[in-house]
Amino acid sequence: MLHDVLERALKVAQQAEVYFVSSEETPAHFEANRLKRLETIESQGIALRIVKDGRLGFASTTNLNDIQGLVNKAAEVAAFGAQARMEFPGKSDYPEVPVYDPAEEGITTDHLVQVGQNLIDALRAQNSDVLCEATASKTITSTTILNSKGCNLSFMQSNFEVSLEGTVIQGTDMLFVYDALHSGNPIMDARQLAQSLAQQLELGRRVAPPISGAMPVIFTPRAVSGAMLWPLSSALNGRSVLQGASPLTGRLGERIADEGFTLWDDPTTPFMQGSGMADDEGVPSRRLPLIHRGVAANFLYDLQTAGQAGRATTGSAIRWSLGMTPMPSASVMIIEPGKASFEDMVKDMKRGIIVEAMLGAGQSNILAGDFSANVLLGYRVEEGKVLGRVKDTVVSGNVYEVLNSLAGIGKESRWIWGRLSAPPLYCKSVSVSAKEA
Amino acid sequence: MRDQITEALKGQEAQYIEIRIEESEATNLRYRGREMEEVGRTSSLGGNVRALSGGGWGFASFNNLSRLKERVAAAVSHAHRVGGEPMALAKVEPHIDIVPAVAPKDPRLVPLAEKKRVLDQYVELMMGVEGVSSCWISYGDASRKVYYANSQGTYLEQERVDINLGLSAMARDGGEVQQSNESLGSLGDFTFVEHLHQVAEDLGRKAVALLRAPKVTGGEFTVVLDPVLAGVFIHEAFGHLSEADHVYADARMRDLMHLGRRFGGPHLNVVDGAAIPGLRGSYKYDDEGTPATRTNLIREGILVGRLHSRETAAKMGEAPSGNARAMSHTFPPIVRMTNTLIEPGNATFQDMIADVREGIYARNWYGGMTSMEMFTFTAGEAFMIRNGQVAELLRPVMLSGNLFTTLANLDMVGNDLDMNQGGGCGKDGQGPLPVSNGSPHLRIQKCLVGGA
Repeated sequence: MLHDVLERALKVAQQAEVYFVSSEETPAHFEANRLKRLETIESQGIALRIVKDGRLGFASTTNLNDIQGLVNKAAEVAAFGAQARMEFPGKSDYPEVPVYDPAEEGITTDHLVQVGQNLIDALRAQNSDVLCEATASKTITSTTILNSKGCNLSFMQSNFEVSLEGTVIQGTDMLFVYDALHSGNPIMDARQLAQSLAQQLELGRRVAPPISGAMPVIFTPRAVSGAMLWPLSSALNGRSVLQGASPLTGRLGERIADEGFTLWDDPTTPFMQGSGMADDEGVPSRRLPLIHRGVAANFLYDLQTAGQAGRATTGSAIRWSLGMTPMPSASVMIIEPGKASFEDMVKDMKRGIIVEAMLGAGQSNILAGDFSANVLLGYRVEEGKVLGRVKDTVVSGNVYEVLNSLAGIGKESRWIWGRLSAPPLYCKSVSVSAKEA
Repeated sequence: MRDQITEALKGQEAQYIEIRIEESEATNLRYRGREMEEVGRTSSLGGNVRALSGGGWGFASFNNLSRLKERVAAAVSHAHRVGGEPMALAKVEPHIDIVPAVAPKDPRLVPLAEKKRVLDQYVELMMGVEGVSSCWISYGDASRKVYYANSQGTYLEQERVDINLGLSAMARDGGEVQQSNESLGSLGDFTFVEHLHQVAEDLGRKAVALLRAPKVTGGEFTVVLDPVLAGVFIHEAFGHLSEADHVYADARMRDLMHLGRRFGGPHLNVVDGAAIPGLRGSYKYDDEGTPATRTNLIREGILVGRLHSRETAAKMGEAPSGNARAMSHTFPPIVRMTNTLIEPGNATFQDMIADVREGIYARNWYGGMTSMEMFTFTAGEAFMIRNGQVAELLRPVMLSGNLFTTLANLDMVGNDLDMNQGGGCGKDGQGPLPVSNGSPHLRIQKCLVGGA
């Protein structure tokens, strides 16, 4: 069928690329501490990109019975499309990147239900007043990329996700705790999530008095993800760089962060959600330093953007949905851990806060690297000890200012969303504002 | 289609089953600077089955429609596996209806060349402003036809056409990058897309002006919100907590959100309803086949109603409000807002700023989020208010609040209701869902503002 799409497309266009994805996801959803809904979500679809008379056309469909309609639509829009500055890649040598674990095929719905229920029971054994929502799900995806240059690539990927959210309401105070695990291998036991939430509850049950001003802040890996991931990945995106929308435009080779700060994009990491042997255009994956010892080292490119910028693709094309064309994006970001232990960072802090989760981050001027968000979960520290949770508090800052004034980089990294590995970051001075009670 | 669906519903062992088949077509155009970044057409065909047995749901979604009966069996089997204490759904009379799209100027009838011609002008207008370094435009129109039937005799065909448009101008000075955005939308009326020349030019000018604007120092301020931002505020600050699925399961939450509780002053009246016609959140039946309504949420400061699916309505012993919506066939319906608004009061804008010695006038929106108790919303532009006058331009500000104090600190409601139809709402992974929200100008005392 896919060869048929390619053949038909080449009757109206000079180059063509067929992208086919088929997936089956089976989540078990828990609500109010018990199993609530089981799902099977099957989906499949085709996206077609063509180069017709020098212009790019794109169409997608989930109706596999309407191949000619798909080809016609791509041809129709190509008349208005961008000038193609690219050629599709031919056959290549791909790195070996394990992202599919056949053991996942054998995971039953009953297993998912068991993992979820055990998790909730483990948390509630010590915290009987917490109301839990949880999801345990597995997904198996198979992808094929076929183009007129001879690329014919098929691969499978397995994903397993478990998430747990707990709510404790006392009076008008609502305490939310959350964590999630992602892996390409089956997760047999997710009780470490229950421990993570139990710890959040332990630190967060007591509300500390409000605190405002410029002060040291420790961002835990989850908060690093919330505050810094989006501004950094958009600034390193070759398309933003080319457009001049990135504050890093023209600054490759310049120092933009603390010397201890190194950031990689590594889609060759085994069993991560953003990993694979090739990107979504069929270009081989590779490990790429983005910021190396504080110096801007590389931007991310897909084929078209690289062509426009006069550079080579970095194999960083990602399709965020079937209906969108590929765009340069980080796939698996890794911030290198440092030397400081989390415990020592907290002990070092005279007066400051630890930020665990943020609300509304990424809704500021992320182009400039600004962040400003409500502290959804964070703790006040006084003389090296956690006093309790801060409420009605916002933190504001700029990613580049923060990264240039680090007091420490943690040694305990962890994975977030299967797309980021981050250590805690200890920042010398961040603006904190709180509502006086 | 009707025969196929009703046939598949027969002979299944479940308390309740529904089937949804969905066809959709979309066109997207995206510019980055003067370059057309993407132009594409997407089509989708798919469906789902949802079944209830005991206290749990089974759900199956798919693209291949050929084995409908098996999909029904899969959803029913999932529901049996969940089991648990039996649960009722609120009673809704069966309806049989065919609802055509509301499309005063149907974007499907506007040729692609014409869409591009219109948008090209805005690119030129934004780029033509001195100091503007780049711009973005993202246009999308999508039509969706849904065939729906349930095991209680309802059969519906509903079609809708949604349009969304985002415009953004960017100015740059060395490492400083600022942008100004506008987000607009409509239920099936392309006309609004054709008259944005002034908007585009203004965006360019605002982006350039922001380069020289100062950042505000964070703290508590008296803030005045324009109708667009005030609409986002009521959506985030209160709207989500009026969704009954956040409330019914937790006894303490039910207690906090009991009908009759006071949330604001007598000038505060909040409404949600898909039955309010002609807006992006408008429809005739929701995705469970319940007729749309208009629900009073707050009357004279007191909580009087909330938004329901059939499940939450039964669990709380209240009437179903027709607010169960699904983003697409890959999701089950959940309780969502539709068109949410604060009804107009008496205050004029002058009344609101007259006695403010130092405050912030925040306009337009950039984003918003809630965690129920706490919420944030980001203004697209902001000005200081000094001694009763709108004063200097500020960098965009993030405002944050607490449900239980911020609504009570809302001390003035303007007389100038306006609806915001841009953007969309996200919840439980389903987004952006077309909604609208609106309000007159509002004034809030002691609102927490984040500096940036």
